[in-house]
Amino acid sequence: MEWETVIGLEIHAQLATHSKIFSAASTAYGAEANTQACAIDLGMPGMLPVLNAEAVRMAVKLGLATGSEITRRSVFARKNYFYPDLPKGYQISQFELPIVGPGTLEIELKDGTRKQVGITRAHLEEDAGKSLHEDFHGMSGIDLNRAGTPLIEIVSEPDMRSAAEAIAYMKKIHTLVRYLEICDGNMQEGSFRCDANVSIRPVGAAEFGTRTELKNINSFRFVERAINYEVERQIDVLESGGTVTQETRLYDTDKNETRPMRSKEEANDYRYFPDPDLLPVELDEDYIQAIADTLPELPDPKRERFQQEYDLSAYDAGVLSASRELADFYEATVAAAKGTAKLTANWVMGELAGVLNKQSLDIGASRISPEQLGGLVLRIEDNTISGKIAKEVFEAMWSEQQDADTIIEARGLRQITDTGAIESLIDEVIEAHPKQTEQYRGGAEKLLGFFVGQVMKRSQGKANPGMVNKVLRDKLGGS
Amino acid sequence: MSLSEEEVRKIAHLGGLAIRDENIPRYAQSLSSILDLVNQMEAVDTVEIQPMAHPLDAIQRLRPDEVRETDQRAEFQPLAPQVENGLYLVPKVIE
Amino acid sequence: MHKASVAELSAALKARKFSSEELVRAHLARIHAQDSELNSFVTVTETEALAAASHADKLIAAGEASPLTGIPLAHKDIFCTRGVRTSCGSKMLDNFVPPYNATVVDKIADAGMVVLGKTNMDEFAMGSSNENSYYGPVRNPWDTKRVPGGSSGGSAAAVAARMTPLATCTDTGGSIRQPASLCGITGIKPTYGRVSRYGMVAFASSLDQGGIMGRSAEDAAWLLGVMAGFDPKDSTSVDRPVDDYVGGLNQSIEGLTIGLPREHFGEGLDPEVGAVVEAAIREYEKLGATIKDIDLPNSPLSVPAYYVVAPAECSSNLSRFDGVRYGYRAQHPKDLQDLYTRSRGEAFGEEVQRRIMVGTYALSTGYYDAYYLKAQKIRRLISDDFRQAFSEVDVIMGPTSPTTAFPLGERTDDPITMYLSDIYTIGVNLAGLTGISIPAGFAGGLPVGLQIIGNYFEEARILSVAHRYQQVTDWHTKAPADAGSQT
Repeated sequence: MEWETVIGLEIHAQLATHSKIFSAASTAYGAEANTQACAIDLGMPGMLPVLNAEAVRMAVKLGLATGSEITRRSVFARKNYFYPDLPKGYQISQFELPIVGPGTLEIELKDGTRKQVGITRAHLEEDAGKSLHEDFHGMSGIDLNRAGTPLIEIVSEPDMRSAAEAIAYMKKIHTLVRYLEICDGNMQEGSFRCDANVSIRPVGAAEFGTRTELKNINSFRFVERAINYEVERQIDVLESGGTVTQETRLYDTDKNETRPMRSKEEANDYRYFPDPDLLPVELDEDYIQAIADTLPELPDPKRERFQQEYDLSAYDAGVLSASRELADFYEATVAAAKGTAKLTANWVMGELAGVLNKQSLDIGASRISPEQLGGLVLRIEDNTISGKIAKEVFEAMWSEQQDADTIIEARGLRQITDTGAIESLIDEVIEAHPKQTEQYRGGAEKLLGFFVGQVMKRSQGKANPGMVNKVLRDKLGGS
Repeated sequence: MSLSEEEVRKIAHLGGLAIRDENIPRYAQSLSSILDLVNQMEAVDTVEIQPMAHPLDAIQRLRPDEVRETDQRAEFQPLAPQVENGLYLVPKVIE
Repeated sequence: MHKASVAELSAALKARKFSSEELVRAHLARIHAQDSELNSFVTVTETEALAAASHADKLIAAGEASPLTGIPLAHKDIFCTRGVRTSCGSKMLDNFVPPYNATVVDKIADAGMVVLGKTNMDEFAMGSSNENSYYGPVRNPWDTKRVPGGSSGGSAAAVAARMTPLATCTDTGGSIRQPASLCGITGIKPTYGRVSRYGMVAFASSLDQGGIMGRSAEDAAWLLGVMAGFDPKDSTSVDRPVDDYVGGLNQSIEGLTIGLPREHFGEGLDPEVGAVVEAAIREYEKLGATIKDIDLPNSPLSVPAYYVVAPAECSSNLSRFDGVRYGYRAQHPKDLQDLYTRSRGEAFGEEVQRRIMVGTYALSTGYYDAYYLKAQKIRRLISDDFRQAFSEVDVIMGPTSPTTAFPLGERTDDPITMYLSDIYTIGVNLAGLTGISIPAGFAGGLPVGLQIIGNYFEEARILSVAHRYQQVTDWHTKAPADAGSQT
């Protein structure tokens, strides 16, 4: 039988606030255990939540950026269950009235096809702490530093039909939250996590199959692997006459398999109800409009603009708009290079991306500023240096952190464009190689390259290659 | 309205309470009588009524995003039954 | 000293007739003499109290005192007190010493008042007789074989027995007014949101409100001025100015319209209690008030709705007590589930467990609409009834509780009868209004309370209405014979 995969994703993005969603404790990552868990985060008796304004603002930004409805009156609810990383015995979340309502996101697949994925909702909630399973005399240790960190959970419709589509959607959200500067997107640190709801059904069937939920997958690669494993598993189950059990499964990265989560086995009844310690959040038009006015240009419009304005290919425009920092760097460089857009794109995506990659640096850590790189591009464009010399200049700029002109002058790398100087160089070369001159003149025109090379060598690479070619042909004459 | 002993066990489990077997019938009886009292609510038709979650018709205030808490671990952890290396200890969590 | 009003104590301290230390010692002596029998205190903070009194005396000497500086009071053991055990009447918190103060505790400390100790209460404020305390029942100073009411029974008994002039307390369904009534003292539950809930151990968050017990409305007015006010740490706290409660006490009640809800004078009301309340209302008539019968048609549903809303919220609020970060932990848990269920099963008393189960049930899948949502809708109806009534009358009056103090043990096996002792007070909590109970006489030798219900944030009005009555009657000055001297 032919099977169709059906996937819906729940993405949890930690919001990049300074303090927690309901307390004034720090959200900084990596502190010593329980040093950033205040009385509210610990669920101490008598402690009460007060909502962080920035978390609300960030959620609205996401809603606006995905063209979703912004709920004018949203309500926090308690999700009740016992777990050691959940200090109050309930998680403050949103249930019936989430802050962000339905929206859609367009994804693009590798083959260029586009697809609309529905966003069901996005709601604010608090993150839980962490259980550490290292052995403490057969016990687990609980660190509540993460408890209360604001999360936005973005729930998609079951609109994706392959792991590749799921990845494209997830990457799109990942780009978006970083563009909006509402999440650092760091998957190693758990700032951006994903649960996948996976089911299969016979191709053409209208009904969905029974789904399983794959929990807490923390890299794009693992999402793909986990989904593919799970789809194969479900096909095996169904084709051998079994039924898929609705359950929560954990992806084991070492074994590349999914297995049922024991702790979530028993059906939970979360007993959601409105949190009586918090009041409804009301947002008016002015508030929403003020946030809309501060939204940055988003990835899709930016890519289109890059294609139009800078005459870039779809691919180049896509690469350069993949992150807001890179796009900003590129545009600042173009400006410094007085609009030399295509050449700038080559340098940003070529030499600069290469050295950043090699040294595992973000664009923000570049040792060459957009102004400096633009200065280099300008010198190539106005023929002060050749492309080849430019690479040498670039390396020097990177290591010495100086601008192109300083290095070109200090090292005397300015291109030789004086006809007299080039003629005398050529005369020297012709004189030094009578045999080759004779052969050339006898018809071996492929030796022209040899002469160019010799001239360039004598000029230490500085002679303008175009002029050298032209004058050489004149001087050598030939047939 | 009468709750079975099995239902009482289920509710106790959901509520995180270990109840001794010998107390189950007593709870079944008193919970049933409370539900009888509560079921008097059926006397009124509330189809058109908006539920009221808060006594005051107020909206949530927002707090500026500022870190104001300092590390108080040394004050909180002595309250805990079992801690080690700054962590709260619990019987092994099995995922 | 133990008979003087707060204003008299304040004046005497300022005039140096006696020191705060002497005043505090006198009250500590009364506690030592009486409380082994009454059991109204869970913790007496003698050392801290004497230190605070001597500090207060210095402030008074330096002319830096506020009106309440040096005046003693007791806190219900539900308010978190830094460095002093806060048990909430539960085995669960028997070893819990919070490293923080409730906002109310801070405000009172800032006013220079002296805390004598923490008062006994029904476990997690769940109860109407104070028999649900891990620390044993409190006895009613008027008759030690009877209950003081609850859940703030310790505060009520301590004030009634003149062991403290004032006490803090909380009211979720009547837990201030009912014990005040049964103990013959004055107790005010402010409007929801008027007093901060920060640091007050939560029972039912949308109903809980801190308040005051004292011997008179005037005394309560002094303390309410200190306790009330906006607190940014409580999202449900209301940001509006605090009235001058003491300054407003002498408003005339000429032309005041008093509503008498028919539903509060019907079946279930002890006739002797009814007669005392009616006499009090006639007194108001003599003072120039107009009396009007009103209807609160949905009030018979207040107890049923309350016993869904309050347990639902408590079932969730009490989930934090899991034996991990503080509080009681069962010995040798065999696994995580065992740790939770045994810690909670062993440390919570029967009534608390009962309410957790009712609430858990009411919120569970398949029952939410029929119970929780239905109760929230009835809550709206009850609230609308009061809104309608307050469009016609200025205050509402009636009995606080249908009976006087009942014998210890009488209702412990009968939760429903116990719940019905709050039948006249619960509606006020569901609607979030303010209410006060004041002594109005005796039935069978036991105190009877008159409940005065005010519209939202009309604490100043009900205090002045209560004060006017206390100016022309002396019920509030009646004190029980000292415990220990009864035979």
